Amino acid sequence: MSPIANKESKEQKNRAGQKIVSPDYLLFEAPREKHFMTGSEAVKEAVKRATVDASVSYPITPQSEAAHLIGELWAEGYVGVYFRGENEFGVMSEVAGCSIAGARTITTTSGPGTLRAMENFPMWSGTRAAMQLVLMARGINAPLTIQPDNLEVSFLLDTGCMIWYAENVQELFDMILAGFVVAEQPDVHVPVITAVDGFFVSHTREAIYLPPDDIALPPYDPYKAPMPAIDAEVPPGRFLRDPFVMKSNYISYATHASWQFEVRAAIERSRPYAKHYLKGLTEEFGDKDAEIVFVACGTAASQAKEAVRVLEAEEGIKAKVVKLKTIRPFPYEELLEATKNAKYIFVPEFNVVGWLEREVRRALYKKSDAEIIGTPRVAGGMTMPKEAIVKEVLEIIPARR
Amino acid sequence: MSLKIYELNEEFKNIVPQEIVALQENATWGNPKRGVMDLPVAKELLEEHSLCAGCPEAAALRYILASLPNPEDTIIVNSTGCTSLMFPHIALHTVHSLFGNQNSVATGIKRTLEWRFPDKVKDVVVLAGDGATVDIGLDYTLQSFFRQEKITTICFDNEVYANTGGQESGLTPKGHVFKMAPKGKQFEKVPMWQLAIDSGCHYVARLTVSSPKRVEKVIKEAIYVAREVGPTYVHLYTPCILEIGLNSDDGLDEMRSRDKERFKFFEYKTPEAEEVIAKYKEEGLL
Repeated sequence: MSPIANKESKEQKNRAGQKIVSPDYLLFEAPREKHFMTGSEAVKEAVKRATVDASVSYPITPQSEAAHLIGELWAEGYVGVYFRGENEFGVMSEVAGCSIAGARTITTTSGPGTLRAMENFPMWSGTRAAMQLVLMARGINAPLTIQPDNLEVSFLLDTGCMIWYAENVQELFDMILAGFVVAEQPDVHVPVITAVDGFFVSHTREAIYLPPDDIALPPYDPYKAPMPAIDAEVPPGRFLRDPFVMKSNYISYATHASWQFEVRAAIERSRPYAKHYLKGLTEEFGDKDAEIVFVACGTAASQAKEAVRVLEAEEGIKAKVVKLKTIRPFPYEELLEATKNAKYIFVPEFNVVGWLEREVRRALYKKSDAEIIGTPRVAGGMTMPKEAIVKEVLEIIPARR
Repeated sequence: MSLKIYELNEEFKNIVPQEIVALQENATWGNPKRGVMDLPVAKELLEEHSLCAGCPEAAALRYILASLPNPEDTIIVNSTGCTSLMFPHIALHTVHSLFGNQNSVATGIKRTLEWRFPDKVKDVVVLAGDGATVDIGLDYTLQSFFRQEKITTICFDNEVYANTGGQESGLTPKGHVFKMAPKGKQFEKVPMWQLAIDSGCHYVARLTVSSPKRVEKVIKEAIYVAREVGPTYVHLYTPCILEIGLNSDDGLDEMRSRDKERFKFFEYKTPEAEEVIAKYKEEGLL
């Protein structure tokens, strides 16, 4: 039990009047009630319990509703700063300003907005701003599309941000809360991008279990950050004699290089925290020792689980799913362990390039004898029916034997 | 803030660099009447900048830093360009983020500091070049004016992309030949001061930095109005002597000659701004 939640004598409250509880209490111990809501509504419920200081919004389908609902929380006094920015490039810079000035900050975007904002993401990680982006993945142009497709995630993989992937409404809620807690650890302190498949999660109503809304995360403490908060309350980061990063000399080159390595190292240091607050970086479903393994994230994992059920019930074929909850950090050890009996690894994905297949290949290169098969792959708004996954397995495996 | 953040531990005083000791002992803190007249006697907030000898932009920055009424609680947001070489040398909280996003970052900082410190005055000042303010960052500059952000935006207009080697900018006068405009610029200089007025700024000034006292007055008025009313904009001519082929001691003469023409002193104040300025004058702060 959390020490804070148990303190009867001195109950602490945040500025919205909610009782402050420990992250462990909020995520694992508080009683939960069943609700029925969309992913966008789950974003609101998570933000409501996260003692959020700032959020900046900009409309884009399918994330708009989540951003509206954060605005409602601001109007109700749960969020300190909220406004609509001019476009996603501006918004991602505005939230950067909020974050480095000491605010717990969240924003949301989708598809083309992600690409419009792109220059900001490495700047976020480079300034060690521990903010959160909820990414409701959608296709990118051209041709114009507003359909679910997660190609945009591949562009984010090397921005120095943590990238987590939620499968459903419940996981999105829990991941947003855990995201702040892990991102704000002093030895991590990089941004976290919490991705879900747009529409499939943002617009689908599902059962969800929520803790009460009169408790919330402890406030963000910017003075635990590895970089000084830009608030004129602490001595400035002082480079009076030599602004090392903007000089053409070997010291500046080495500094820039080591700074970038350090951002990646910070993501690596998030592993133990993420393991604790996400209850593991991966989740397995199906026959533990199966030779057929689906490695997937998001709703592709949901569909793969259905395919595992069908394969078992109708074909007598044992299979399993390894769902990746974090893409950055990439769960190398967990994936290796979970696929040690695998002969065939299928990577079902919602994009044309197969970025997750690439990640899996890289992770298992010379470490696994399994054949890695990047299929089925759907895009542009197509769904991935379980039958399509089963069909791929039934067509491919006999041909290999 | 507490001025204590600039106080050195006594035991370290003999080992820290002299300029840092001087910052504590001889810079002007906690005195809103500080100004350019302190420059010869007080420790400056800018140390050993690396701009060209005689660069008017460096002079402008020194005058501005000497004129900040509240340096101990001032955040400076900067952008990419020649100015970004100076910012790490400033003894205040400064931010360089991206090229062109300075008014967006400043917006986030200002709003967050108002939320975190509702009882304190924290001034946010944007200092950026003409490329950052008017070309790549125009959207974000104007949008922060539309939104009535309480920020002071200062543009160092040298009429050229100087740091990248002298390319035409939106603020280059029509006909001037620079790189990327080998036949001379094809369109007029963007009247940024007018755009600032039309976009909702409450105080707008256009001037060269030939007169330090005038720079001080303008900067103080702009900061006080931003603090109490809304966005303010200061457009300073800081010629790039290198790119227009002048010697390092020619900057002042260049500005004086422009004082009579396209950078003739121009000021605009809304009635709300007039009120604030009158109030500060009464208090003896202007």
